[in-house]
Amino acid sequence: MAWSFYWNNHDTCPTIKSILVLDSEGKRIAVKYYSDDWPTNSAKSAFEKSVFTKTQKTNARSEAEIAMFDNNIVVYKFIQDLHFFVTGGDDENEIIMATVLQGFVDAVSLLLRNNVDKMEALENLDLILLCLDEIVDGGMVLETDGSIIAGKVSSHSMDDASPLAEQTISQALATAREHLTRSLLR
Amino acid sequence: MAQPLVKKDDDRDDEAEFSPFLGIEKGAVLQEARVFNDPQLDARRCSQVITKLLYLLNQGETFTKTEATEVFFSVTKLFQSRDIALRRMVYLMIKELSPSADEVIIVTSSLMKDMNSKTDMYRANAIRVLCRITDGTLLTQIERYLKQAIVDKNPIVASAALVSGIHLLQTNPEIVKRWSNEVQETVQSRAALVQFHALALLHQIRQSDRLAVSKLVTSLTRGTVRSPLAQCLLICFTSQVIRESNMNNQTGDRPFYDYLEGCLRHKAEMVIFEAARAITELSGVTSRELTPAITVLQLFLSSSKPVLRFAAVRTLNKVAMTHPMAITNCNIDMESLISDQNRSIATLAITTLLKTGNESSVDRLMKQITNFMSDIADEFKIVVVDAIRSLCLKFPLKYRSLMNFLSNILREEGGFDYKKAIVDSIVILIRDIPDAKESGLLHLCEFIEDCEFTYLSTQILHFLGIEGPKTSDPSKYIRYIYNRVILENATVRASAVSTLAKFGAMVDSLKPRIFVLLRRCLFDSDDEVRDRATLYLSMLGGDGAIVETDKDVKDFLFGSLNVPLVNLETSLKNYVQEPSEELFDIDSVPKEVKSQPLAAEKKAPGKKPAGLGAAPAAPTSTVDAYEKLISSIPEFSSFGKLSKSSTPVELTEAETEYAVNVVKHIFDGHVVFQYNCTNTIPEQLLENVSVIVDASDAEEFSEVSSKPLRSLPYDSPGQTFVVFEKPDGVPAVGKFSNMLKFVVKEVDPATGEAEEDGVEDEYQLEDLEVVAADYMVKLGVSNFRNAWESMGPHFERVDEYGLGPRESLAEAVSSVINLLGMQPCEGTEVVPTNSRSHTCLLSGVFMSSAKVLVRLSFGIDGPKAVAMKLSVRSEDESISDAIHDIVSSG
Repeated sequence: MAWSFYWNNHDTCPTIKSILVLDSEGKRIAVKYYSDDWPTNSAKSAFEKSVFTKTQKTNARSEAEIAMFDNNIVVYKFIQDLHFFVTGGDDENEIIMATVLQGFVDAVSLLLRNNVDKMEALENLDLILLCLDEIVDGGMVLETDGSIIAGKVSSHSMDDASPLAEQTISQALATAREHLTRSLLR
Repeated sequence: MAQPLVKKDDDRDDEAEFSPFLGIEKGAVLQEARVFNDPQLDARRCSQVITKLLYLLNQGETFTKTEATEVFFSVTKLFQSRDIALRRMVYLMIKELSPSADEVIIVTSSLMKDMNSKTDMYRANAIRVLCRITDGTLLTQIERYLKQAIVDKNPIVASAALVSGIHLLQTNPEIVKRWSNEVQETVQSRAALVQFHALALLHQIRQSDRLAVSKLVTSLTRGTVRSPLAQCLLICFTSQVIRESNMNNQTGDRPFYDYLEGCLRHKAEMVIFEAARAITELSGVTSRELTPAITVLQLFLSSSKPVLRFAAVRTLNKVAMTHPMAITNCNIDMESLISDQNRSIATLAITTLLKTGNESSVDRLMKQITNFMSDIADEFKIVVVDAIRSLCLKFPLKYRSLMNFLSNILREEGGFDYKKAIVDSIVILIRDIPDAKESGLLHLCEFIEDCEFTYLSTQILHFLGIEGPKTSDPSKYIRYIYNRVILENATVRASAVSTLAKFGAMVDSLKPRIFVLLRRCLFDSDDEVRDRATLYLSMLGGDGAIVETDKDVKDFLFGSLNVPLVNLETSLKNYVQEPSEELFDIDSVPKEVKSQPLAAEKKAPGKKPAGLGAAPAAPTSTVDAYEKLISSIPEFSSFGKLSKSSTPVELTEAETEYAVNVVKHIFDGHVVFQYNCTNTIPEQLLENVSVIVDASDAEEFSEVSSKPLRSLPYDSPGQTFVVFEKPDGVPAVGKFSNMLKFVVKEVDPATGEAEEDGVEDEYQLEDLEVVAADYMVKLGVSNFRNAWESMGPHFERVDEYGLGPRESLAEAVSSVINLLGMQPCEGTEVVPTNSRSHTCLLSGVFMSSAKVLVRLSFGIDGPKAVAMKLSVRSEDESISDAIHDIVSSG
C-alpha cells in the first residue's frame, strides 16, 4: 500500500478503509485493506476478529446491518456461510458505504451464479479478488453497480487483435467457457 | 456460537476436505510458479498458480526479498500470453508485489503497450497498475498518455486515469496539477462515475485556491450532476465554501442554503442524508434552517433499513448537543428505537433522548433505560452513563433519581472502564451539585467495600480525603476507610492511611481517634504503609499532645504538586543517570506543560476532564530538545535556568527562498532568540549566516552577543542565535526588526561542489515581538476550584473590560487565552456554539516563580460586542496587577 498515507487529505471524499470477506468462523476468505490503520498482519487479524465477534450475533441477512466501534463504521451483510464487511472512518456517509457493500455483494452473487457460499467463493477466488480490485482503488470508490463490476471482472473475451487461428486449444476452451458464463450472466 | 465444541470440530473437518487450498504451502506454490517460464504457456494453469500466490499473500504469508523478486520476474514473462483472464491476474499480482524501482523498469514497456492497446480493459488496468508502481521520472514519460486517457470516451479508462491522478497528487502534485484542463473537461462527462472521479480530482487540485473552489461549486450547483456520489461530493464542497464565506459576511442570507435544501428532495438516499447532515453541521445554524433537514431524518428513523436508521439517529444525536429543542418532534420515533435489534441504534436513541428530555420525563426514561442496560455491552453502557451525567448537571433537582440509577449500576457486574465511567460521573456530580455530596460519598464508600479494582479504590479514597472532612458528619466515613486498612492490598492500605491522616488534620474532634487507628498501622506488614503512618503521626503531632495543625502540614497534605508529573519523571531520570553530590532540587523541574499532540485529542473526542483529578499526562516534545540544545552552548550557561521557550514564530512566508522561524528562550535576565534557518535553493550554499536585529523599539533590551552559523547547505536546517540582556525579573516587552545576512556561493548541482567566491547578501525578515505572554509558563492545575480557594482572596484583583465587537464568543475567548499565554483548565477553553456567556479558567506561572490563577467571565453585550470580567488571584499584589496590565494594554 505504497500511497495510502494521504488519508489526512481526504476529509471530503468518501473513503473506504477495508473490505472483508470472512467465513462463519471469522476466518479470512479474501480481504483488502486500503488504509495504513492496520500495518501488520496481526493488526489486521485482530481487527477482523473484533469485527467478526461484534457482529456475529446479529441477523444481517435480508438487510445490511451497521455497527460502530473504535472510530470505525462497519456495514455488513451475511449470505450463507459468508460474512461481507465494508469499513470506513466514523465521519463517512454510512449510506455510501452501504451502497458499496451492496454493489460488492451483487457482483459476487452474479459471478458465483447465485451460489454464494464459502466453497464456491474459494473455488472462484480469482473472481472475488478481481471484484475487490474493480470496486475500490486505494480507498476511492471505483464503481458501485454490481452488474457493471461483474461485467468488468468476467469480460474474459479474447484480445481483438489476435486472430482466431493463432489460439491454442486451451485458449479456445477458455473463450468458450467465457461465452457460456456471459450468457448465463445475462 | 452456541454449538458444542465437538460438533464444531466435525464441521471444520468436513469443510476442509473440499477447500481447494487445503494443505497449501508456500514452498510448493513457488515451485509451481515455474510454469510461468514454460515456452508453451498454459494460461489456465498460470492463472490458477497466481490465484494460489494471491491466496497466500491474502492469508498474511510474506515472501522474502529473493522470493518476491523471483516471482515478479517470472510473472513478467506472462505478458507474452494474450489471454485476458491471465492478464488480469498478472496485473493484480504486480500490484500486490509492489516491485522496487529497478524491477518496475522491466514491466514498464509491457504496461505502456497495454496502455495504448485497443482493448479498453487492458488500457484501464494498465493505467492503474503503472500509476501504482511508478515514480516521478517515469511519470513524466507517460504523462501524455494519462492526459489522453482522462478524456477517453470509454468511462472505465477515464475513471482509471482520474482515480490514479487522485493518488498521484499526493506524491507528484506538480505533475498532476498540469492536467487540470483535461479534468475540467471531464467534469461535464455523461458517465456518472467519471463525473464523480473528475470532481474529486479537480477539487483536490484546486483545494488551496478558495476562489476556484467557490467558482466550481457555483457552476455545478446550477448545472447537472449525474451520479449520487458526485452529488454527495458537491454537497461536501458546498458546505466547505459556506464555512469559509461565513467568515466574510455575517449578515444576510446564507449562500447556497437553497441548494442544500433542494438536495433534501433528491431521489437517492445517500444524497438526502448528505445534505441533511451538511445542514445540521452548518455553523450557527438557525432552527428555521434546521427544520427541513430534521424532517427527512425523522422519516429515516422509521425506515426498514438499519443503515438509514443508524445514520439518522447518529446525526440527530449530534444535533441534540447543540439544538435539543429542534428535535423534540422526533422523540416518539426515538423512543420506539430503544428496543431496536441493532444495539448501536438503541444506544444512540437513548442518549439522544437523554439530551432532549425535559425534567418531567426523566423518571420515565430512567425506567426504560434500566431494562435496557442489562443486555448491552460495556462500551454502550459507558455512553449511556456519560449521557446521564450531563442530564444530571442539566437538571440538578433530579439528582436523587439519577444518583440512585448510577449507584444501582455501580453494584452490577461490569468491566473496569465501565466502573470508572460511573465513578467519574458520581465524582463530578458530587463536585457540582452540593446537595448530592453526602449521598454520593456514601455510594462511593459502599462501592469500595467490594471493589476489585485497586486503581478505583485508591482514587476514591483520595477523593474521600478531600471531600469527606467538609461534610456535616465526617466520622461516618472513618469505618469504611479503616476497613480498607484491614482488608485490602498494600496499595489500597497506603492510600487509606493517607486519607485517615487528612481527616485527622481537618477535623480536630476526630484527631484522638484517628491517632489510635494510625498507630495500629505502624505494625502493618508493608513498608510504605508503615512509613506513611509514621510520617503522618509525627506531622499531626500524634506522638504527644494535641496541637493545632499548622499551615505547612495542611499544604503538605492537600497542596498539589506544582510541576507536571511527566516533567518530574524526566528530571528524576536525568538525575539518576548522572549521579552527583548535590541533592535533587524540585525547583529545577521545568514547569511548562508540553502541548499535547493533536492525535491524542482526536482519540478521545468530546471527553470531559477526568473526574478524579489526575493531572493531564503530557508527552514530552520539543521543549526538552530546546533545553538540551541551549544548555549545550557554553555561552548561555551563565544565564541561569531556562524559564520558557516559545513555540516557533515564522518570520518568512511559506515557500520563499529561505525559511526562517524564531524561538524565544526566556531567562531571568536574558532573552535568547534562536533563528532556525532552512535554505530551500539547491543551487546555493550560504555561509556566515547571521541575523541583524534592530532593537530600537525595545528600549529595555540591549544586545549582548550573537552566534552566527558558519554554513547553511541546501535543505539542512541550521541555527543562529542572538542574545539580549534585559532587567532582571521584569517582564520587558518590545518589537525587534530582523535582517538575515549571509554570503551566497553558487553550487554546481551536478557535482554538489560550491564555487570559491561568494557574494554578500541580505534578506528582509518579518518583525518579532516579545510580549508579556512570553513570561508566562503554562501550568495546569488538576482541580481549579480547590486551587482557587486555597490561593485565597488576599491579592485578588477584579476588573471589567469591554472587548468591542468580536466575530464570536469563541474567538474572543481564544484571543484572551493567547494574549495571556496561560493554560486553560478543565476544558473551559471550549465555548459551546450559540452560547451567550462563558466562563474560562486559566492557570500559569509568571516570571518563573509566581503562581497565577485567572477566572474569565465573558458575556455578549449588545450586538456582537463582548464584555469580560477578569479576576486574578496570585500570591503577590504586583503580579495580579501585572496580569491586568497585560490585558488592558493588549
